[in-house]
Amino acid sequence: MTDVRAGGDADHLASLASSVISRARPDEQVEAYVAQGGETEVRVYKGDVEHFVSAQSEGIGIRVIVDGRTGFAYAGTLAADAIEEVLAEARDNVAYGTVDDHAALAMPDGVAVTPQSLWSDDLAELATEDKIELAKELERLTVAGDPRIRIDDANYADGWSITATATSTGVDTTSRENGCYVTVSALADEGDETQSGYGYSVGRRPDEIDLDKAATLAVERATRLLGATKPPSGRVDIVLDPMVTASFLSLIGGTLSGEAVVKGRSLFRERIGDQIAAPGMTLVDDPTNPEAYTASETDGEGLATRRNVLIADGTLQQFCHSTYSARRAGATPTGNGVRGGFAGTPGAGAIALSLVPGHLDQEALIAMVDDGVLIQSVTGLHSGVNPVSGDFSAGASGLLVKGGTLAGPVREFTIASTLQRMLLDVAAIGSDIDWLPSNAAGMSLVIRDVTVSGT
Amino acid sequence: MIDTDVVERVLASALAHGADFAEIYAEDKRSTSAGYDDGRVEQLTSGRDRGAGIRVIAGERTGFAHTADLTADALLHAAGVAAAAAGKGSGARATALGPPSASSDRAVVIPDGIGKDRKVALLARADEAARAAGSEIVQVSAGYGDSRKHVLVANTDGVLATDTQTRVLFRVSTVASGDSGMQTGYESFGRTGGFEAFDQVDVADMAATAAQRAITKLGARPTPSGSMPVVIAKGTGGVLFHEACGHGLEADHIAKGASVYAGKVGELVASPLVTLVDDGTMGDEWGTLAIDDEGNPTRRNVLIKDGVLTDYMWDLLRARKDARRSSGNGRRQSYRHLPMVRMTNTFVLAGNDDPDDIIATTANGVYVKMLGGGSVNTATGDFVFGMTEAYLIENGRITEPLREGNLIGNGPQVLRDIDMLGDDFAMGSPGTCGKDGQGVPVGTGQPTLRVAALTVGGTAA
Repeated sequence: MTDVRAGGDADHLASLASSVISRARPDEQVEAYVAQGGETEVRVYKGDVEHFVSAQSEGIGIRVIVDGRTGFAYAGTLAADAIEEVLAEARDNVAYGTVDDHAALAMPDGVAVTPQSLWSDDLAELATEDKIELAKELERLTVAGDPRIRIDDANYADGWSITATATSTGVDTTSRENGCYVTVSALADEGDETQSGYGYSVGRRPDEIDLDKAATLAVERATRLLGATKPPSGRVDIVLDPMVTASFLSLIGGTLSGEAVVKGRSLFRERIGDQIAAPGMTLVDDPTNPEAYTASETDGEGLATRRNVLIADGTLQQFCHSTYSARRAGATPTGNGVRGGFAGTPGAGAIALSLVPGHLDQEALIAMVDDGVLIQSVTGLHSGVNPVSGDFSAGASGLLVKGGTLAGPVREFTIASTLQRMLLDVAAIGSDIDWLPSNAAGMSLVIRDVTVSGT
Repeated sequence: MIDTDVVERVLASALAHGADFAEIYAEDKRSTSAGYDDGRVEQLTSGRDRGAGIRVIAGERTGFAHTADLTADALLHAAGVAAAAAGKGSGARATALGPPSASSDRAVVIPDGIGKDRKVALLARADEAARAAGSEIVQVSAGYGDSRKHVLVANTDGVLATDTQTRVLFRVSTVASGDSGMQTGYESFGRTGGFEAFDQVDVADMAATAAQRAITKLGARPTPSGSMPVVIAKGTGGVLFHEACGHGLEADHIAKGASVYAGKVGELVASPLVTLVDDGTMGDEWGTLAIDDEGNPTRRNVLIKDGVLTDYMWDLLRARKDARRSSGNGRRQSYRHLPMVRMTNTFVLAGNDDPDDIIATTANGVYVKMLGGGSVNTATGDFVFGMTEAYLIENGRITEPLREGNLIGNGPQVLRDIDMLGDDFAMGSPGTCGKDGQGVPVGTGQPTLRVAALTVGGTAA
């Protein structure tokens, strides 16, 4: 393994990537994606460190395209012999791909990178003892928040990554970023009953971590569910908490993937120019916004990221395209190549989604609802939502809303509708934008006419 | 993979600063995957992952570090990082390593010895069969994957174990289009073993099943909402037990009082019809392992017998604290991850009821032919799981297909509400269980069964 120091060496990765692509034969397009990263994870329980994980990883993925056929290989090491083997395997795999005239690597498109500060030296140099202390302090603050509270786990985690992407078609970029976050899972007990609540805070620098916010969230979310009952079934209005809205927007983002569109799996294919959402709803994917947790200068193919308006005032404007999906759709790449790491090739998808916020806070949104439920958390989005058919069904917990104010807690029920209807049924968008550790930001949202299934 | 004398040096150095326990987990894994989508082989991928994770425990604290470099120097460095993170405990000396346990490899036909063209041919066969199932099928995606992993686990208790784990996986997903919009169908197959698994199954049959699921749902009506009896077909419902109680029986949740099953051993926690087993030794099932990822042989563990909770599942860490043996349930996603308590193959034994009678005696309710994934909050016991193929039961007969949705219930309540258990049994589709960000392969199974009341999460009144 290369000697990786925290912060790594982007120049070294760039030279590895360019040495691979310099070997492209005349009939080949070759892409090398080289990555190094590290993470620290501290878990604290009852005032002591339960575990301390120090992890570093590195790897390379090589994609080769010859006459429309694609081959790919990767290895979780940057040892010279391994890189040699990866290139040979990727070349060997080309023969088994089917010809696809649209298969191609990214080409530089002249869009300039929006420079961002995604690296913090303060974080890179943060001492181990300080990281442990953050987790311990979070546990203390959470326990102190309410006498009924105990802790499941309190965590501090940080990570850094450096990547280099080079292609024989002229892409040559590097990126370097780090970030940190804390999370706490609290349990609230009363009699025989236990409820759970989750709190978090994220930052690019340690001083952006807000321990009080994380502790308060966890305590409030756990204690306010004590005594929860199962609500009656019926059709009501729901108010989504910011964390829930973020999950909802991620699902919508998936349906706007250019790849889903060109392969006939998107609900919204052939709907550009149609009203697919409530008037007043504007959905933007903008990784150039430094406030976004997933802000980045370049996408997974090495193209500059850009601000893309996907839905404007309820009307569908465009999809999120990678080089491949754009070529097939006859569209322009939008800087939306996304890749999970060196072990895979890029797909097309949203990177940093957000609704343009409204002017009312959550309390004012709740006041608009006569009979409904504030949805604090949802479960089973992976099992009960089908992004192809649009069917939406999720387990939920939260608080009843009666006459515009919060009433008793409820749990063990589902909320159901379809993604298509929910977009059109959005009645109000909150001003309380929150940049969550997700590819979508959250804010409170009122959605009319959703089926609650309980007793 | 690593010479025994190097293993001994690394373990000794990990204890040199006063820790109580140290462990090396090393793996060398090669994998192949091929994706077919939209009528084409998209790409063939070859992967290589190799490295070691070193865990050091001192008192209540665990330190962990890993490296992709298996040389003695790199391992010693990682051991130093992990030992520093763990700090000082009561101090222990390494027990001499025992003789290595015998490797066991279930694979008969090593996937690496099969031409890539034969793997790709399976995909084309599935694509063709799915499209032939009906003109409604507008899109097909299929995937093939194999992996073969050599593992070495050694610890300062004297454990030295090696294993070779081979797995093959195949999946098909389809999209059907009609006047009602688009619907999807899915079918998958996975085995702990080699390419010979494809002698047991015809991927064209799998593809036809996946296609039919999508086509059937084009005529589906909105799923009802509210509480009602739910009958679950054999094989597919194991995920119910995985979520309703499996996670809650993991000793790490128990130790923190974050499970509704804490302190309940010896108590009736389920209908007396229910006997629940977790068995990592089961044939070539997807969750089968000869040794767990802490070097302990896997076992058949009875968790619930005739409704009474008999035991939890244990890994090394939790077993050490309770001065008992691990149940062989310590698992991890890779050398880059810490092990924790995980399930293997979790299933409910068959009962005495005729499956046809179970439906015939259900006046009105829902029949679930295929479940999707699920999740649980172990602290409250509330869990959800998705229906990907379901039908209405009206007057004791299966009638119309239903759209997709989640079911929601509370673990202890649902276990008590199981009122009929079929005399049939099947294991279900290969699953990936996620916990704390790590995914591991698991199997599930059960006979046809009925839950007297579950909340069905549809949109219809």
